[in-house]
Amino acid sequence: MAAQPYGLIATFDTVPDIYHAAEQVRDAGYRNWDCITPLPIHGLDKAMGVKRSIVPRISLAGGITGFCTGMSMIWWTGAYDYKLIVGGKPLFSPMFAFPISYELTILFTAFATIGGMFFLNGLPMHYHPVLKYKEIRRGMDDQMFIVIEARDPRFNLANTKALLAQAGGKNIKELEA
Amino acid sequence: MAHAEHAVATPAILNEVKPAVLPRAVLVENNRSFSWITEKICGIIEGKTPAWWWVCFCIACLIACFTVGGITYLVSTGVGVWGHANPVNWAWDIVNFVFWIGIGHAGTLISAILCLLRQKWRTSINRAAEAMTIFAVVCAAIFPVFHVGRVWYAWYLFPIPNSNYIWQNFRSPLEWDVFAVSTYGTVSVLFWYVGLLPDLATLRDRFEAAGNKLRSFLYGLFAMGWRGSNRHWSNYEMAYLILAGISTPLVLSVHTIVSFDFAVSLLPGWHTTIFPPYFVAGAIFSGFGMVLTLMLPLRAIYKLEDLITQYHIDCMCKITLATGTIVGYAYAMEFFIAWYGANPYEGFTFINRAFGPYAWAYWIMISCNVITPQFFWFRKVRENTTMVWVLSIFVNVGMWFERFVIIVTSLARDFLPSSWGYYSPSVVEIFTFFGTFGVFSVLFLLFIRFLPIMPMAELKAVTPQADPHAGHDHH
Repeated sequence: MAAQPYGLIATFDTVPDIYHAAEQVRDAGYRNWDCITPLPIHGLDKAMGVKRSIVPRISLAGGITGFCTGMSMIWWTGAYDYKLIVGGKPLFSPMFAFPISYELTILFTAFATIGGMFFLNGLPMHYHPVLKYKEIRRGMDDQMFIVIEARDPRFNLANTKALLAQAGGKNIKELEA
Repeated sequence: MAHAEHAVATPAILNEVKPAVLPRAVLVENNRSFSWITEKICGIIEGKTPAWWWVCFCIACLIACFTVGGITYLVSTGVGVWGHANPVNWAWDIVNFVFWIGIGHAGTLISAILCLLRQKWRTSINRAAEAMTIFAVVCAAIFPVFHVGRVWYAWYLFPIPNSNYIWQNFRSPLEWDVFAVSTYGTVSVLFWYVGLLPDLATLRDRFEAAGNKLRSFLYGLFAMGWRGSNRHWSNYEMAYLILAGISTPLVLSVHTIVSFDFAVSLLPGWHTTIFPPYFVAGAIFSGFGMVLTLMLPLRAIYKLEDLITQYHIDCMCKITLATGTIVGYAYAMEFFIAWYGANPYEGFTFINRAFGPYAWAYWIMISCNVITPQFFWFRKVRENTTMVWVLSIFVNVGMWFERFVIIVTSLARDFLPSSWGYYSPSVVEIFTFFGTFGVFSVLFLLFIRFLPIMPMAELKAVTPQADPHAGHDHH
């Protein structure tokens, strides 16, 4: 395993640099690669060819679950499990169940959204080959990086290195796995 | 941003009339670099604890002791130590609860509604405003929880199976409030945490570089191994947008439901349909008052003038002015409807508010909430930081009195003159409320000492360097 690196990493100084480099890596047909940036860059998804995030679907599922939980909880507790007449009001009505169901919709959506985001990103992941690279510290400050993984079918040490150099990448290094 | 303008060919007429160029306000002054932002914000945490921080922290702890003392006395004796008695059975506890919850609302407004409206100026104030929200909810929760009397039964508020085999009354707005406030607290914490994630990673890496293993480990633990991957940012940005999208109806619903506590009752002065929008506007008004109260000193102490610019202060003052004016309109409309509705009880309540035994509170409320914000019409006032700060204090005071007026005047004069009374707080109530400012300050001081007070990643994203087309045409 020691012979095979995790991938190649190249450094970029500015947002336009990495943006145009990402377009070139995308056009070269790579799939298992990534940009490391200290800020979300507007339009970089398109430059990388990343599809629209599917977090909203998870959120929607969470929201529907929350609403149904609220409605059924209030019906089950008040109109089925222990019927209690208060102020002559009906045992169940979607009207008075609405505020709580509404709040639970939001609560469950929030948990689903965040849980979904963590799940899709594969976080928490406290150990990652990229984090072992000394210079990556500046990746959360002001530097930007492109990482191309060795498991990509198109990966070829020499060619990939050349591509990154041609795209304007500096300080191209192999990442140990 | 430049796409739309470039897509349209410039009409010939523009060469003749030469319209004035209106530049967008700069959000980070002096064209600061990414690393300057990181240094500035992280420097606050990494530097030595300043002497003023210790002084403030000790004072805040002392003040917080008043709450601890007040509550300890209440729990060991009984709710009777508070000043309420028939007919005023809700008083400072609910006043303080609504006051603190209202303050929290500006944080969510800034982080959620302004995010959806693409008001980029929110970035430099949203982190601190969200922290303010969470700490305000903590202070707010103290009051209803201890007002239940036997606080060890407070879990009865939630539908947890218990040996009495009975469930909560979901028809009651008070039960709706339990869900609204606990959802609000939870979602605010989640939203805040998601925003913190990239910044915690920055701190993790910086403390590691500085050789501080413990702090690097702790920040790293909560950073969840964030590494700035764009594939992560893609999901992250979407999640953040959705959280903003759901927090917007949430913040509006929370104060709506708080107002239902009153509006759903039959008491004159409470039973009005104007309450939900009126409470929401008031909450945002008081919240912005508090944001100004907190941010202006922070800006001065940490020299953040490049990040919280005059433009930011202007925007906040204008929102305060707008919501304050809405609140003023609501006061007038309440009076009008009381007359127009021709209900003698309703009419009496409002006359009594303005000229009855609590008239002093009513006029403090009017002068603080309706007159104070009108000063913000003037640019000279908005540019005078001291003046803005003083006015923001008046806003805070006024909004506390608003809740006092609504709650106490209506209860003190109910339908039967034989049961009329006059409420004054007991010393225990005063101590408990006074102490919550200490609780809030302790939490806020810990926040500014240990967490980045501004979202670095988001601030970087609103600088000109973050534009991938660097001012050139979109291809």
